[in-house]
Amino acid sequence: MIHSLFLINAAGDIFLEKHWKSVVSRSVCDYFFEAQERASEAENVPPVIPTPHHYLLSVYRHKIFFVAVIQSEVPPLFVIEFLHRVVDTFQDYFGVCSEVIIKDNVVVVYEVLEEMLDNGFPLATESNILKELIKPPTILRTVVNTITGSTNVGDQLPTGQLSVVPWRRTGVKYTNNEAYFDVIEEIDAIIDKSGSTITAEIQGVIDACVKLTGMPDLTLSFMNPRLLDDVSFHPCVRFKRWESERILSFIPPDGNFRLLSYHVSAQNLVAIPVYVKHNISFRDSSSLGRFEITVGPKQTMGKTVEGVMVTSQMPKSVLNMTLTPSQGTHVFDPVTKLLSWDVGKINPQKLPSLKGSVSLQAGTSKPDENPTINLQFKIQQLAISGLKVNRLDMYGEKYKPFKGIKYMTKAGKFQVRT
Amino acid sequence: MAASPAYGEEKGGSSSLGEPEYGHDPASGGIFSSDYKRHDDLKEMLDSNKDSLKLEAMKRIVAMIARGKNASDLFPAVVKNVACKNIEVKKLVYVYLVRYAEEQQDLALLSISTFQRGLKDPNQLIRASALRVLSSIRVPIIVPIMMLAIKEAASDMSPYVRKTAAHAIPKLYSLDSDQKDQLIEVIEKLLADKTTLVAGSVVMAFEEVCPERIDLIHKNYRKLCNLLIDVEEWGQVVIINMLTRYARTQFLSPNQNQESLLEENAEKAFYGSEEEDAKDAKAEAASLAKRKPYVMDPDHRLLLRNTKPLLQSRNAAVVMAVAQLYFHLAPKAEVGVIAKALVRLLRSHSEVQYVVLQNVATMSIKRRGMFEPYLKSFYIRSTDPTQIKILKLEVLTNLANETNISTILREFQTYIRSMDKDFVAATIQAIGRCATNIGKVRDTCLNGLVQLLSNRDELVVAESVVVIKKLLQMQPAQHSEIIKHMAKLTDNIQVPMARASILWLIGEYCEHVPKIAPDVLRKMAKSFTNEEDIVKLQVINLAAKLYLTNSKQSKLLTQYVLNLAKYDQNYDIRDRARFIRQLIVPTEKSGALNKYAKKLFLAQKPAPVLESSFKDRDHFQLGSLSHLLNAKAVGYQELPDWPDEAPDPSVRNVEVPEWTKCTIREKRKEKVEKPFYSDSEGESGATESADSEPESGSEESGSSSSSGSSSSGSEEEEEEEEEEEEHSEEQSEDKEEEEEKRLKRKEKEGSRKAAPRSVGSPSEEEEEEEGAKKSKKKKALQGRKGRAETSSEEASTSESSSSGSDSGSEAETKRRKAPPSSKAGPKEISLLDLDDFTPPPPQPIPSSSIVSTSLVTDLEGLTLTDTSLTPTLLSPAFGTVKTYELLHRMAGEGLAVEYCFSRRPFPGDPHMVAVQIQISNNTDAEVKNLRVSEPKPLSGMRIQEFPEIESLAPGDTASVVMGIDFCDSTQAANFQLCTHTRHFYVSIQPPVGELMAPVFMSENEFKKEQGKLTGMSEITEKLTLPEKCRSDHAIVQQVTSAANVGRVPCGASNEYRFAAKTVTSGSLVLITLERREGGAAQLTINSEKMVIGTMLVKDISQALAQ
Repeated sequence: MIHSLFLINAAGDIFLEKHWKSVVSRSVCDYFFEAQERASEAENVPPVIPTPHHYLLSVYRHKIFFVAVIQSEVPPLFVIEFLHRVVDTFQDYFGVCSEVIIKDNVVVVYEVLEEMLDNGFPLATESNILKELIKPPTILRTVVNTITGSTNVGDQLPTGQLSVVPWRRTGVKYTNNEAYFDVIEEIDAIIDKSGSTITAEIQGVIDACVKLTGMPDLTLSFMNPRLLDDVSFHPCVRFKRWESERILSFIPPDGNFRLLSYHVSAQNLVAIPVYVKHNISFRDSSSLGRFEITVGPKQTMGKTVEGVMVTSQMPKSVLNMTLTPSQGTHVFDPVTKLLSWDVGKINPQKLPSLKGSVSLQAGTSKPDENPTINLQFKIQQLAISGLKVNRLDMYGEKYKPFKGIKYMTKAGKFQVRT
Repeated sequence: MAASPAYGEEKGGSSSLGEPEYGHDPASGGIFSSDYKRHDDLKEMLDSNKDSLKLEAMKRIVAMIARGKNASDLFPAVVKNVACKNIEVKKLVYVYLVRYAEEQQDLALLSISTFQRGLKDPNQLIRASALRVLSSIRVPIIVPIMMLAIKEAASDMSPYVRKTAAHAIPKLYSLDSDQKDQLIEVIEKLLADKTTLVAGSVVMAFEEVCPERIDLIHKNYRKLCNLLIDVEEWGQVVIINMLTRYARTQFLSPNQNQESLLEENAEKAFYGSEEEDAKDAKAEAASLAKRKPYVMDPDHRLLLRNTKPLLQSRNAAVVMAVAQLYFHLAPKAEVGVIAKALVRLLRSHSEVQYVVLQNVATMSIKRRGMFEPYLKSFYIRSTDPTQIKILKLEVLTNLANETNISTILREFQTYIRSMDKDFVAATIQAIGRCATNIGKVRDTCLNGLVQLLSNRDELVVAESVVVIKKLLQMQPAQHSEIIKHMAKLTDNIQVPMARASILWLIGEYCEHVPKIAPDVLRKMAKSFTNEEDIVKLQVINLAAKLYLTNSKQSKLLTQYVLNLAKYDQNYDIRDRARFIRQLIVPTEKSGALNKYAKKLFLAQKPAPVLESSFKDRDHFQLGSLSHLLNAKAVGYQELPDWPDEAPDPSVRNVEVPEWTKCTIREKRKEKVEKPFYSDSEGESGATESADSEPESGSEESGSSSSSGSSSSGSEEEEEEEEEEEEHSEEQSEDKEEEEEKRLKRKEKEGSRKAAPRSVGSPSEEEEEEEGAKKSKKKKALQGRKGRAETSSEEASTSESSSSGSDSGSEAETKRRKAPPSSKAGPKEISLLDLDDFTPPPPQPIPSSSIVSTSLVTDLEGLTLTDTSLTPTLLSPAFGTVKTYELLHRMAGEGLAVEYCFSRRPFPGDPHMVAVQIQISNNTDAEVKNLRVSEPKPLSGMRIQEFPEIESLAPGDTASVVMGIDFCDSTQAANFQLCTHTRHFYVSIQPPVGELMAPVFMSENEFKKEQGKLTGMSEITEKLTLPEKCRSDHAIVQQVTSAANVGRVPCGASNEYRFAAKTVTSGSLVLITLERREGGAAQLTINSEKMVIGTMLVKDISQALAQ
């Protein structure tokens, strides 16, 4: 299956390679560099590149290309999904996944990769098992290791691989037993010029942070499970019980994990919590244009909209923008032509606005299209779909855990066409 | 470059050590320092006694490997440490070994003995890791050692070691493919493994080593299907892909019959003929039934059912694998379920989107309707990467139809103004495709594109010209205006492809624009020398065409152009000019071709077809690399076509181990000797305890019931047995085999609810017939003959315990005279149990008609039902009862619940189907207050709950009966099963054959009723009976096992008749099976409940086909 893995940074240096079968020369990456050159942007590099003897499958994350080399037919998603899992594992191990961090922890990275695949076939991809095999570096442990000369390789054997719940370590102990669940919903929307919604849907996830002693068995029920139209679960969730009772029943992994992601059925009307008033015009005659946007709340269920951020990709012919915001800060990058305005909180009494003029390259005709406005925002303590967790129960352990549930609504891919 | 990154890594390690002599970076000096000195410090560290130094050295070596630097010269120093005590050093040495062993084969052999020792370690994890490293060392010399190690590990106690063995198989195979045969043996052995841990890995090995040996899968097919959900996600992908291929070779296409029909319908719907929708459902049902029957193999169904939940997986690869399985294997009507899951994946990373969209694009060509509801999910955002935009555009175009085209075009309109010009060009092409596919919007599109011609961006204009050209070719006559407009564009447009397209258009349709064409030629002649090659060629073409049609105006111009071309730098253009001159300008030399010049140049040219590039890509297995690349990748396994004839499905049956056979035999012996009035309850307890296998609950009930019922019927049987011992022997043999199969299936298939009704044992059926005759002296017996398969557990309920006391013949006679006073009413008649286990001799059938007529009269007196119908409700003609799982032991947290349709009228309400529920407590605590609560019946459905079970001791099993009025539909009844602690949602879905109760009628009555139920109510089906199903008793038994019907006497020997009434509405269901020459047969079902009729036809023909 997966022969080799190359990690390539933005500058085109191969800074890590790992082979699970015979060694594949790194010159195979030349084909990748060619493709990279052809594609103007990193995200346009085709994920699958055929070469005479190999196929290169790549994912691009954290400004690093993870290029897997395969030699024969294998479902491309299999490899891509695995590569993403590798990135997630690194993130889990080191907090962030960047070139510097990987270089600093090259031995741990190498050991982790060694455990993740055997002969190119995934072996242990659950981060709980991996952490049992190879302990992630922490500041404390680094200090201890340098003093005592001990190691970050677990000295007990990886019993997790043998258990029926491979995602959970055995012998977990906490003094404070807590289980937190974050219900996060994202609104994906396209709003057209006139402010009417072209498409809007809600995607949600429930992220959990469970720190419970022993082998707890949790059940989580919803007040209105019918809202969930399409769900996908962490492998720990018992599918049968969901099917029959609409209850999430699971033995949780230890630590942070994504319990569930869901989609709220399209039949439900989606409340759009903000609106954008815009007036962007370029005049043909002069090299000046007008630019004005106002952001305001709409259907917010009485909550404040925070963390509002407006970004917009200006046409190439825009030279500069002279704008004054009524609140927040704005930046226009004349190279990438990206305008971003960090608005912050929306005060319904005094709506934030950004006004000013746009100077265009002299001599060019006015751009045909107005820029699209991308919006980000956050609303705390609100799940816009109305989803509510009913209760959380624990079986199998005697102690009383502390339980908490938080709701949040965010903008996903929220675009306003102008 | 060598130095700087190396230093970066070093700072964490060596500097902290505080030993300056080792502090400098070994790699940094690598390039320039002389070779012998290289890595000396590392060697020194490895040779030291301190583990910490060794570890430090190993870390630095591994870091070098990771960076792709050569560390092979350290091999001798490293390999010495293979037996090091420190786990981390050891691990890093392993890493090093695996990387360099191939290059240093001789030295690598030094390490082998360590691993061989490891293979014998008592700890399974050490055994596994030793095998893992040993098999990863690519040294051909150790192949025999590896082979041995793999073989040994394959029969290891620990599943984890077996899994590692499975992983080792492809490694060895790639090292030495001569070992294939031996490896296949190991694979075969591991395929039989029952643990989920092994399943994924061994299938992976199978795919790499011997994907062609599909025969190895047969015996493991059902197991793999059932294990699937618990296998780890990567294994799931591999197994699903393999099973897709397997299913393509073993099952029939589920769409073979509907294909033509559905395609037609789809087309019609597409063109908007509304009346199609109003098609009478009844007519449809009838027409469907007339078609050759397609019965899905239950194993095929099993695969589809068991993979479906995996669509909910968080792993995109698993979802895609299931999606492709459904696309390739499921009946058309069911493929739709995958759309939602695939659309969900579009929220994922862009690489995942890329792959998924490619597959959606292919699917959306074949099954447009599937993705139509999700149209908006494919709308394009300005932030999408271009490659994603273009794929989404492809999907949108594929999904366009008359109803949604206006919204799609409006969307396209916004896309055209995008800054991303590649994307705009793709959008214009997409508009062109929509215009060719949907005639209604062709003009709108064309107008829109013409407007784009005045766009400021030249690329947009050029692309539009090219697309307009293609569109105009379809109907040039109506669009001379556009052609004129385009002619004007030649002044401005510079993109060669666009100029060439315009020139071609004008040349081709010069008669539509007679005034403009020569002028364009004039202009082009002026600029000829500055044009691109493709434009020049088109100028020559234009000149030639004009010369032929309008030589007066263009003769000189043409000459001029040809002269220019004659001296062009490009030889193609010179050639073309010469060729054309000869062809069109008549000279003495020019031959006969001149006459045909007009025909040559101005021939009608077919319009180009604008097609998706994804058309026909589905001959590659979806989700595969080959599909993505649209080219066969190395090692791609072709997805075979469906076979025309299904291969023998019995290959998937798995034999029963020897011991089962023995127990059955023993039980039977025991049973025969039972006292006549035995206490069935006690007896059942005995048999159950004898049966040690807790899983096979179904078997328990089956066997114990038989022993229980033997008590009632044993008198006659004993006689019979004497008379026809030989025959019964034979029968019993048969029966045993059958029983085995059934047993095995049940054991294997655990949760397979909708599995085909298992084949009843022939002897049981025989006994029915038999009993009928025997009852000349005790006719009533016949009347009351219960379903033979009343399990003894049932007898433990209050209701049936009374039957126990009735089972004597004396009691029967009494009963016949004095109708039972209990509320159970007439149904109680059936409570008499007959043995279904001891095989009675078969008897010729015809005589039964005599019996039955007399019986009718007898029974008429007995009838207590409020129904005044002449045909009497007869207690069911028995059959092997198939048990279904209601609640699996795992899901129920130790509580296992199974149910079966006892085919016994439900006491208290004649409109209810009796469902016998068997609850066993596998936990180690008592389960209290077992009851049904909150039934949520669908409209009209009613559920009569069973009395609450106070408590159920650990290990105990209780059996209860509940009644459900299914309203003659096969809708599932949903309710909650409660214990004192938990609630389980469960549902019972009845097979259609259980929705009826047998009625007794005479031949004449049957014919009379049948006469009333013709036309729409009659469904006929032709089928072929397999060899083993041609005997009288086999047919009767198959039919009665498929449905709860009663036999109706019949004069003709090649005809079989059955009658039943639906439980709720009491509608008659009449079944006629006419046997013809060879194996042919015709099945006719008359019933005013058409749905039931249609489904019944299916079920019965399926049962008969087995």
